[in-house]
Amino acid sequence: MYSFTYERPTTLSDAQRLIGAGGQALAGGQTLLASMKQRLASPEQLVDLGRIAELQGVCQDGQSLVIGAMTRHADVAANALVRQHIPALAALAGQIGDKQIRAMGTLGGSVANNDPAACYPSAVLALEATVHTTQRKIAAADFFQGLYSTALEAGELITAISFPIPAKAVYLKFQQPASRFALVGVFVAQTAGGVRVAVTGAASGGVFRHAGLEAALTQSFTPAAAAAVRIDASDLNTDLHASADYRAHLIGVLTQRAVQQLSA
Amino acid sequence: MRVQFEVNGQSVSIDTVPNTLLVQALRDQLQLTGTHVGCDTAQCGACTVIVDGRSVKSCNVLAAQVDGAKITTIEGLAKADGTLHPMQAAFKECHGLQCGFCTSGMVMSAVDLCQRHPNATEAEIREQLEGNLCRCTGYQNIVQAVQQGAAAMKA
Repeated sequence: MYSFTYERPTTLSDAQRLIGAGGQALAGGQTLLASMKQRLASPEQLVDLGRIAELQGVCQDGQSLVIGAMTRHADVAANALVRQHIPALAALAGQIGDKQIRAMGTLGGSVANNDPAACYPSAVLALEATVHTTQRKIAAADFFQGLYSTALEAGELITAISFPIPAKAVYLKFQQPASRFALVGVFVAQTAGGVRVAVTGAASGGVFRHAGLEAALTQSFTPAAAAAVRIDASDLNTDLHASADYRAHLIGVLTQRAVQQLSA
Repeated sequence: MRVQFEVNGQSVSIDTVPNTLLVQALRDQLQLTGTHVGCDTAQCGACTVIVDGRSVKSCNVLAAQVDGAKITTIEGLAKADGTLHPMQAAFKECHGLQCGFCTSGMVMSAVDLCQRHPNATEAEIREQLEGNLCRCTGYQNIVQAVQQGAAAMKA
């Protein structure tokens, strides 16, 4: 690993100051440190957010769960409030990477990175969550802006994400067997506003909501209704793991299975 | 910079630089070479150690990040008189290894697994060990060893 400087602030205001001056936020580091070893990223200063108490933990705020940005995947998976109110989110967190990664990786780190095959963005988008930052609140629909791109501005940090509690939801992931990232992941939620279907792992632009599946399932919440929707492969990824057509097929199949599970 | 932690029950304080990985601090500065570097890309799990009760991949964590933590490495499992930890004994008895390179990480991961899920089924054991790769593909005996080790840890 190359040389860099390291700061470990204990308050959000100190972290903001350091990041505003050009420091790179370090959350769990499970993507960042590996990227730095490969020189895919080469920050000169890391600002470790691990000791800022206000970024950690889960609380209920009316009909939403608010999860601190530095809450580890293992802690979301095990949290009693999350398991009670949004079990799909707990299950999603419990399937990220492997247990060693889940012990370090964080919600905020994953969402800020917006890897096109990450699991969390699908839940944020499908549940129409709100991303709280050091400067503002950003609706999920405005937050994700394509491959590794988000609405976050330089120096802006995610502090928490607020997830409205859905009537029901499920996340199904077809894993790329080596990395455990989503080859395709589908988060299906029945919300007050209708059915939401967010897809990760599949598209060249990263996570997206599938309007056709949402419309069909809002009208008729059955596997048959999902099966009747044509999934356009033209915007989907082809890589060594799967073709765009295969990914399109998986979106349909996983959505049907999700609907079946939610209807059981 | 100075980093302090408790390693295998002993307080240690090292002078190091910010880019020191936890595995480098353990192996190069504390001479605890039982923790291996396999892939150095956080995939293989050979470098697994337990930090504050949870297994992590020490090649993908900075020593500075775990300042103040309690760390257990493979060297910290056996008793002072050499009596093996039940999981180590089970790996030995079941021949849960071939070349042995992944073994220290496997054992640490298995200890964490059994502390968290003492009644894990075979399928759950396989699922929970997904972060540890055995390039000899000796998984059958590893899973048997974890099952036997889990039972012994409960006894």
